[in-house]
Amino acid sequence: MPGRPVSMEQLVAAKEVAIFCGSGGVGKTTTAAAVGAMAALKQGGKVLVLTVDPARRLANALGLEGFGNVERRVPASAFAGAGTKPRGELWAAMLDTKQSWDDLVRRHAPDADTAHRILVNPLYQNVSGRFVQSHDYIAMERLYQLHCEGNYDLIIVDTPPTRNALDFLEAPDRMADFFSSRFLRLLTAQARSRLVNMATKPFYQVADRILGSQFLEDISEFFILFQTMYGGFVARARAVERLLHDRHTTFVVVSTLEPAPVAESEFFIRALAEMKFHLGAVVLNKVLPDYLLDPVARAAAESLTSRAPEVAAALPESLELGDPSQVARVLVEVADSFQRFHVVAQRETEERAELAAEPDLVAAVPYFDSDIHDLCGLLRLGESLWA
Amino acid sequence: MTDLLDRRLLFVTGKGGVGKTTVAAALALLAAARGKRTLVGEVDAKGNLADFFSVPPTVFRPREVQPRLFAMSMDTEESLKEYLTLQLKLPLMTRMGPLARIFEFVAAAAPGVREVLTVGKFLWEARQRNYDLVVVDAAASGHVVGQLAAPQAINELVSVGLIRQQTGWMIDYLSDPGRTGVCIVATPEEMPVNETIELAGRVEHETNVNLAAVVVNRVLPELFGRGEEEVFERLEQPEGRAGLVEVLGPGAGPVLDAARLAVTLRRTRAEHLHHLRTQLPPSLPLLFVPELFTKAHGLRSTRLVAEALSAELGY
Repeated sequence: MPGRPVSMEQLVAAKEVAIFCGSGGVGKTTTAAAVGAMAALKQGGKVLVLTVDPARRLANALGLEGFGNVERRVPASAFAGAGTKPRGELWAAMLDTKQSWDDLVRRHAPDADTAHRILVNPLYQNVSGRFVQSHDYIAMERLYQLHCEGNYDLIIVDTPPTRNALDFLEAPDRMADFFSSRFLRLLTAQARSRLVNMATKPFYQVADRILGSQFLEDISEFFILFQTMYGGFVARARAVERLLHDRHTTFVVVSTLEPAPVAESEFFIRALAEMKFHLGAVVLNKVLPDYLLDPVARAAAESLTSRAPEVAAALPESLELGDPSQVARVLVEVADSFQRFHVVAQRETEERAELAAEPDLVAAVPYFDSDIHDLCGLLRLGESLWA
Repeated sequence: MTDLLDRRLLFVTGKGGVGKTTVAAALALLAAARGKRTLVGEVDAKGNLADFFSVPPTVFRPREVQPRLFAMSMDTEESLKEYLTLQLKLPLMTRMGPLARIFEFVAAAAPGVREVLTVGKFLWEARQRNYDLVVVDAAASGHVVGQLAAPQAINELVSVGLIRQQTGWMIDYLSDPGRTGVCIVATPEEMPVNETIELAGRVEHETNVNLAAVVVNRVLPELFGRGEEEVFERLEQPEGRAGLVEVLGPGAGPVLDAARLAVTLRRTRAEHLHHLRTQLPPSLPLLFVPELFTKAHGLRSTRLVAEALSAELGY
């Protein structure tokens, strides 16, 4: 289709928000940072990478001592160290769930006193600090806030590693539903009046026996306070959802070619389509080299396995390889190793064919033999999926 | 120290993508093969434990997937129902309509409740001796500490009530190293190794549960023995390559490239493994599972991992 982005370069040039998702351990954070670094380097403007990964390594790779909820600029010296000079600016921020929740409460509470009472409530601290799904919601909320502030040309988001990568997409909806739930009203109404009617009585009997009435009252108080923020909260959740559906927002699915991440990516790609989100690209990480599938190489490996002593004997003496039987053992091992990786590469090809059926753009990142420690490494990865 | 599979309850965790479920499934398969009546349960209702036994999706009610091996997946609402009917003798309550919504509500407000119902179910099965061994495919490293510390957290939040009464015995059972253990799965790569070291520290300091073992998955084989690596290095030089191409044809080049990749990967991973070993308590057992290089998946691949673990455990 003409006009559709065919490279990562074109994709991020056309978008303001790129949300990277995928299952854990596929290199999502690194890929997101690499694309951000490339965009800052080649396309200019201000690029922000918002990550949820607390790993120090990424901060170090970006030449930062560390970073938190407030955005920090990656120093030009980091780029100079990689032998480049960026056209634009690269910024980074890490999602601090607790801090973001606190900001949200301060923004939506009717007055400072209510905000304070919410912030010191032990249940609130439980919700904001430990509630797993709050992580999903807050990532999207923070994205929305940063986007609204209008300080960046491109925001790249690395999403929380949820088993079900969809949780964070549904989070705004769930939050809104939660605050408009009938039971929330029931519970808070009960706390306001001591009158227990027939409809709510069984509810309290169960809850009382399980949790004890003191705890129940704590919950009620918490929700009464929280309800003061209801209107702002729901409106906000809706706005976040609109941003995710905006045509300047795109999703990038990151995967490896191992069976489990592929299965999850397939599921995720389908779900994105159902929910009418824009799938911009699929990035495949740690892809084994093509030569493992080369039939000529395979034939050479097979031949090496069966006639290693013969091959060893035929090698020129000038190589000074030493004992021919030892050389033969090395050759057998070399051939076996090829065969082992060939099996994996073949399996990967099948997985890849499955995934490639869906999006317009599939970028494959080779299996780098060393870990990424600096901006140079990030850019090397970025180059491999850029054009 | 108690043998890994002689405990009653094992929580298997690790960073996403390292093979946590594979190892949980393999440990359970191995225990069952050794005659133990075993339950393996995944805490993630959307997980894929069933795939590792090549059976249809698991549900809350345990189903025998191999001789003596039962598999289930957690459903906290079902767990609450079961808890109310069996343990608290509240049969009437479970028939009441709004239970699901009440539960959803309470769980949202006090997240520890959900975790306690999860951990509690497995603890109950272990304590009742319904099984010789319960293997839990627990939450990934980010969340497992919260799961294991939940009974304690609830104990502090809720001062009275039935949940409070139940958390006491849970804490006792969890903190008994003869009965309960955590098993962290890692791969010999940088991020999983660092996360494993960090998690080992958190399990030690933030929970009462004993760290029983670290399983290192996908360990690459050593290609060359003594003196052989030098031969390979010389073969890989331009003259060596040319010589081999002369004898074998152009396919020799990629074959050497593949060996180079394998050697480099093995070397980098050996460094990560070394780092892992030095950062963990010396007494903590490390079990190695080799990279399988197989097209197999499902039960077949679980069996291969179980065989590797069996050898590592000295069976």
